[in-house]
Amino acid sequence: MKALSQKRRHPLAAIALLLMGLLITGGLYAVATTVNEAKASTTSYSADDVEEGGKLFAANCATCHGMGASGTDAGPSLVGVGAAAVDFQVGTGRMPMQMNGPQAMKKPVQFNDEQTNQLSAYVASLGAGPAIPEEGLLDEGGDAAAGGELFRVNCAMCHNAAAAGGALTRGKFAPALADVSGKHIYEAMVTGPQNMPVFSDSNITPEDKRDIITFLKQIETTGSPGGADLGSLGPVAEGLFVWVAGLGVIIAFTIWLTSRTS
Amino acid sequence: MSAASTAEPAFVAKTKTGRFTDFVDQRVGGSGILREFGRKVFPDHWSFMFGEVALYSFVILLLSGTFLTFFFDPSMAETHYDGSYVPLKGVEMSVAYSSSLDISFDIRGGLFMRQVHHWAALLFVASIAVHMLRVFFTGAFRKPREMNWVVGSVLLILAMAAGFTGYSLPDDLLSGNGLRIIDGVIKSIPVVGTYISFFLFGGEFPGTAVIGRLYMLHILLVPALILLMIVLHLFMVVVHKHTQYPGPGRNDNNVVGYPLGPVYAAKAGGFFFIVFGVLALMAGFFTINPIWNYGPYDPSPVSAGTQPDWYIGFVDGALRLMPGTFGDWQVEQTWLGFVFSFNVLLPALVPAGILFTVMFMYPWIERWITKDDREHHVLDRPRNAPTRTAIGMAGFVWYCVMWAAAGSDLIATHFHVSLNDVTYWLRALFFIGPIIAFIVTKRVALALQRKDREIALHGRETGRIVRLPHGEFIEVHAPLDEYKRYKLVGFESPEVLPAVPNEHGVVTRKEKRRAFLSKWFFEDRVAPASPAELEAAHGHGHGHEAVEAPEAAKSLSH
Repeated sequence: MKALSQKRRHPLAAIALLLMGLLITGGLYAVATTVNEAKASTTSYSADDVEEGGKLFAANCATCHGMGASGTDAGPSLVGVGAAAVDFQVGTGRMPMQMNGPQAMKKPVQFNDEQTNQLSAYVASLGAGPAIPEEGLLDEGGDAAAGGELFRVNCAMCHNAAAAGGALTRGKFAPALADVSGKHIYEAMVTGPQNMPVFSDSNITPEDKRDIITFLKQIETTGSPGGADLGSLGPVAEGLFVWVAGLGVIIAFTIWLTSRTS
Repeated sequence: MSAASTAEPAFVAKTKTGRFTDFVDQRVGGSGILREFGRKVFPDHWSFMFGEVALYSFVILLLSGTFLTFFFDPSMAETHYDGSYVPLKGVEMSVAYSSSLDISFDIRGGLFMRQVHHWAALLFVASIAVHMLRVFFTGAFRKPREMNWVVGSVLLILAMAAGFTGYSLPDDLLSGNGLRIIDGVIKSIPVVGTYISFFLFGGEFPGTAVIGRLYMLHILLVPALILLMIVLHLFMVVVHKHTQYPGPGRNDNNVVGYPLGPVYAAKAGGFFFIVFGVLALMAGFFTINPIWNYGPYDPSPVSAGTQPDWYIGFVDGALRLMPGTFGDWQVEQTWLGFVFSFNVLLPALVPAGILFTVMFMYPWIERWITKDDREHHVLDRPRNAPTRTAIGMAGFVWYCVMWAAAGSDLIATHFHVSLNDVTYWLRALFFIGPIIAFIVTKRVALALQRKDREIALHGRETGRIVRLPHGEFIEVHAPLDEYKRYKLVGFESPEVLPAVPNEHGVVTRKEKRRAFLSKWFFEDRVAPASPAELEAAHGHGHGHEAVEAPEAAKSLSH
């Protein structure tokens, strides 16, 4: 520190300071732009995408969501829901909706990846909203144990501790999460589809979301260490099994043991 | 044994083994015991074997449970998991949960033993339940077996207690949620509830004491009591001898069947290994209570699909069915500044209280109504006691409605119906289900009795249609053989016992009530075909007359 204070009146001090300032500013700017670029790589859409998406939207979605996605009595406005919401709803087949019901059901997808992307581009162009997550957040390289804790605290009350799904009121339900892609899990967390609450980045950070996805994928690939999992539904499935299969087999044996050979 | 008089020369066995056996036998008296018990006759019927299944399950529980105690640590001290299950690595948890995970993943055969233990526990209570249903519906609880029915009922409660205390031990999220519900029920008891809860948990829930306390109950007190009750139960079975289904040559003074040795000794011994084998296969191929899915207990999260094991399900179901409000009226009341949580207290304790009270009292209730003081060793076929069967079915349906309610969320998701609708329907069934069950069962039982009577009188339908010379078509009925007919006619059909005055010539109000119940019990009855009726029916020779039975002074109900 002493050396630094002695040299502060050095003729080159001003130049050094200037250089330092420039380097820091430039460096920060470079970092900021790469972050933006990283996001842009999945969220930047060409004008062509937006235009094609608009056509698809008018043909398939506008009946309920209105022209310009401004919403009607049959469906909400989609201005500001973001590309992630479209990618989730269309990418899992929930939209276009098969029928009105307590909630949109998963079904085979109706649009291919390109069309889904175009629809996302169109809706994203209407107003700022959650973007489709970057690959880096979906690589299942997070901390499964931390993800498990987050899952139990934030998700298990609806989705079940083993992600087997659960009932909500009036026919609504939280679906089982096996076979759901990491991207769709992430999108669901940031957009809150159907009856799901939104878990924003200030609530669960992107890294924590990555941990949750890691946990879910881990329990999915680990399988059931103790044998057939009976749907991971807990004691009801176990009780049903012991009464039907367990006692059933034993009754068959009792009948065999007491049957007369004569 | 008394034959060994001093006058006779002492028996000397020829072989070394024989001499050794004789030495032991003279001191232990084994041959006497074997002679007594080996000749014990047991009747043959598959439905008589559920008690055995329960006993064998209990033996398996003791064996597998002992293995688990070697490795389980019932401490609620905090630790960080360091075992081989990756999704929980480094997670903070109690030592109890950590050691349960170690049993599951790091101890050779541990997971298998845990699963054997848990499946055996479910089968233990299930076989007790089926055994009790068999005893109830066949009237085996009647004199002289009323006390044994009570011992059996105590065993059911003890089995539930053993199950619940065990369910809570791993200290996982699921069992902790279950314990929290029990805590809530205890706290809903007016005045003393909070004190009991604090006493049990050693302070505010969950505290740091409860797992250790439950462990002591689970491995020491409850099994000891179960063992004691089993000894009493079996002792009384030996004293009373086994009941038998009605049949030719069977009456209240004999037991028709095979001796314990060698037939039943072999069958029962083999059956133990069958039960063990079935449980081992279940444990090997089907997971039960995957505690690693649930994570460590933490009072904040509650997982969807949280249920107790099946035998506590009916209490959980009753809690789920109870509305919190009726219109504007809150079920939870505040009186004099104290909160009375009737929304928890009523569903948790009242249905269970009614079920168990009626269960314990039933032998005496029926005895009082029927004034039947005779010994019964021949069982009733359920149809031949229509009102009792109907009462049993009403209770069974009531239980099942509450039981189903414990899985209301899974019913909703798996049948794609609204959870609210499931609850509304089950609430309605809670009240009308038993009534419908009673009426339907009674009618079915009476109809079966009429069918029996018709078959006894006219033989069995052969499906052979014959045209008579004058053009009439008849179906040929084949007469039953004696043995089969006995089953259809050899039962008692008690009649209504009107009120009678006591020694002071007064018909008491209690007696009137009894007479009313007797009427309710026996008013609708189908009497067995009497020998005279049988004679009359067969007098026609061909057994092809109209199917209507002669009414002959029998109050055949509509």
